[in-house]
This record gives sequence, C-alpha cells and structure tokens, in this order.
Amino acid sequence: MTPLIELHDVPYLPRGVRLQSDRVRGIRVLQAPERAMQLDQIGEAILSELDGTRSMDSIVGDLAARYKAPPEQIAGDVRDFLTGLIERRMVFLKDAS
Amino acid sequence: MKDDQQHQPRDLDGNPVTPGLPMAMLAEVTHRCPLACPYCSNPVELVRAASEISADDWGRVFRQAADLGVLQVHVSGGEPGVRKDLAQIVAHARDAGLYVNLITSGIGITRDRLIELDQAGVDHVQLSLQGIRPDMADRISGHPGSWDKKMAFSDWVTEIGFPLTINAVVHHQNMDRLPDMIDLAERLGARRIEVATVQFHGWADLNRKALMPTREQAAFARQVVNEARLRLRGRLVIDYVPADHHAIYPKACMGGWGSTGLNVGPDGTVLPCHAAQSIDWMRFENVQERSLSDIWHLSDSFNAFRGTAWMPEPCQSCERKTVDFGGCRCQAMALAGDARATDPVCSKSPLHAGVVARAEEDAGATTAELIYRRMKKGG
Repeated sequence: MTPLIELHDVPYLPRGVRLQSDRVRGIRVLQAPERAMQLDQIGEAILSELDGTRSMDSIVGDLAARYKAPPEQIAGDVRDFLTGLIERRMVFLKDAS
Repeated sequence: MKDDQQHQPRDLDGNPVTPGLPMAMLAEVTHRCPLACPYCSNPVELVRAASEISADDWGRVFRQAADLGVLQVHVSGGEPGVRKDLAQIVAHARDAGLYVNLITSGIGITRDRLIELDQAGVDHVQLSLQGIRPDMADRISGHPGSWDKKMAFSDWVTEIGFPLTINAVVHHQNMDRLPDMIDLAERLGARRIEVATVQFHGWADLNRKALMPTREQAAFARQVVNEARLRLRGRLVIDYVPADHHAIYPKACMGGWGSTGLNVGPDGTVLPCHAAQSIDWMRFENVQERSLSDIWHLSDSFNAFRGTAWMPEPCQSCERKTVDFGGCRCQAMALAGDARATDPVCSKSPLHAGVVARAEEDAGATTAELIYRRMKKGG
C-alpha cells in the first residue's frame, strides 16, 4: 500500500489516543476509540518518540543512533508502522513549521 | 482434588474450558431512552429506572473490571445521558484506569453537560444517526426534532475536541442512502463510521418486514463500503457489520462467547453479550451478588459456550469453527429455537435455505410501518 507519511511530516497521537500499561497482562497498549492495540518493543519505541514537534526524519535519525541500525531500515519500519496507524486514524500528521 | 474439580470451568456439556481475559466491557447504565428506534438492541423486557444500580456500584464494577483485564468501557444505554449522575459514572471509570467510550444518541446532553463529561474523562464519543436528513432521522427514531439536536450535539463534540465516531444502523429503508451517510460522517469531522446492518433480534425481529434489506441492497452496501474505504483511506475509518442473512458464513459474534467481552446491564446483570437474555433457559448472575471476576471465570452462563467442544455438527468438523465459533448463539436461539445449534445464517446449516427464503420474503414486503421500542406502562 502507498505510504501515508513522508520524512518531513510531524506525526503525533491525537486526542483520544494514548500509550498505557496493561498491568494485568504485563504489556504496553495503545488505547484509541473503541480499540486497544498490543504493542511490541519496536512499536512502543516508535510511538514513544512522537512528541508533536519532531519530523519523521528526525525521529528516524534518533532511533537509528540509539539502536545502531541503518537509517534506511529504520525509516522503512517507521513508515510501515505509522502508515498502518494513520489508516486507522490513530496517528495524525502536521507539516513541520 | 475435589476443590480443583469444583473450580474447573466447564461448558454446558461438562467439557473443561479455559477462560481468557476480557478486553472490553459494555456498561448499559440505563435502558431509558428518549428515542424509540424499532431495532433497539436492548432486550424487549426493559429494566426500569428503580432497578438501576448506583454510580458507586458502577465504580466498584469498573475497578473489578480493570483488575480482571478490561481496558475499555463503552458507556451506553438506552441513552446514558438520561442518568443525571453520568459524569460521576464516567469519573469512576477513568479512576479505575479504563478508556471511556461514550455511546450516545446525542439527545438530552446539553453543551454544559458535555463539558462536564469532558472534565470527568470521556475519551471518545460515538453518536448514533438514524438518517441523513430530518425526515428519516425523526421517523426512525420516533422523536420529532431529533435531527436538529443531533447536529447541534455533533458541533459541540467537535468544539470540545473529542474524537467522534458516527454510528449508522442501516436497513431496508435507508441503505440506499449509505453513500450520503458516509459523506455526512466525513463532513461532521468523524474519524470513524460504524455502518451496522440491523441485527434481527429482539425489537428488530418484530420489524423484519419493514427493515430487512434485499439481497441487492446488501450487495450495494458492500460495494459502497469497499469503494469508500479506498477513497477515504487515512481520512475516515469505516467499520462494517454486513447483513448476515445474506452471507455465506455467520459473524464471529463477540469474537467467541465469553472470550474478550462482557456486558453489564442497568441492574447489574452480567451477560456474555447484550442479547444473551433471549436465551430464555440461561441464568445470569449479578454484580450485586458475586464479583465480576467470579462471574467471568466460574459462572455457568459465561462457560456455557466457551471453547469448541460443545459444538454440534456441522460446526464440530468445520475448519471455520475457530474463525466464527459457530456464529451467534442468540441468533441460533431465535431462528433454530436452540442456542447451541449452528447459526442458521450459515450456508452449512440445514435451516439455511429456510432463513434465506424468509429473509427474501420479508425484504420484499411493502410495509414500512414500524413497531417502536417502548417501555411497558408503569415504568
């Protein structure tokens, strides 16, 4: 599917979408309207970077440095993961300004 | 050993079952409602105001639910706004750590109360619409003026900033306008629209001749949804409950009985699904008498149809038995007179041909007259 995010976009969790610990199952979840999604470590690492100020480009750079991975590979993971959430309207975008 | 055997959950045939953990809880805080929709999902025998449990009772239930693994609560009704202590109920749910979805008709909640509900912690609002224009919306809801009130309510939701879902129940009389309904949801700024074909239980079953879609309408709706999903990708999410009387396989009702969801009614009765009381021989327990955890793990009602061992043929040897779990137990009760039967909307059910013939006959009926949902006198 066509990606729904580009490097200059600033992704953020809109109102009504939040990261939460599931204390009963011992996992992290993304809570959204009528949907709770279990997050793996990669998903949580990506979503924890969404602060509403940094662009995808900058987030990819930070993650690549932290996990000592090639930026192209991280960019692909971030793009696919966020595209899935944008499709579900669980991540919104604004243009960097 | 004896203790172990007593606490081993078993299905209705005595086969051992393993309960999972629930994710979501439907809290029907009242059955009272200003609307009278002829397909209301509440039971035909409605719970009266005097039997409703208190906001503090709900607080206890929410804490027990969160301890049990529930992550989200759907605060619904009836119309939840009828309860004057709704904000208190919502605050209890948030205090328990739950994500709060408010499921409302939008009627009877003023702008000030919506602000109060925002402060109490509502995370998301789902607003039902009965039509795309005043005439249809007011006629189906049985409430003159409902359309204007709903449009005002939708504006307040947007103004406050809640995420909005539009709930559109579709049927014979409005299915042809589905493209307009999707446009309207987009125009109102909704993130999601739920397009749900009427499920023919309870009140809706009394209105089959007026509401049953034709096969052509069901195919049209499917096509409209598929097209709109592509066109609106990333802008509007479309969840779709198709017309199962026209399907090949039944819906996986509740994702499997007692597997991921539970429903607590206005008087504290705990049900595996909102229609479960249509299974007239089943006994349901109440949060006023037993903890939610015990009811979930140990009650006969929740264990009755867990797992797959209880299934009769043709489900038992079907490769889809862990996909759709034999379909809907309440529909089996309604159409086959037997809650454990294969859901008769399944093409493998021996009753399927009869179900289709009756659906087509009802869809072809020319009556548009509706039997509205009402409480019996004295409530």
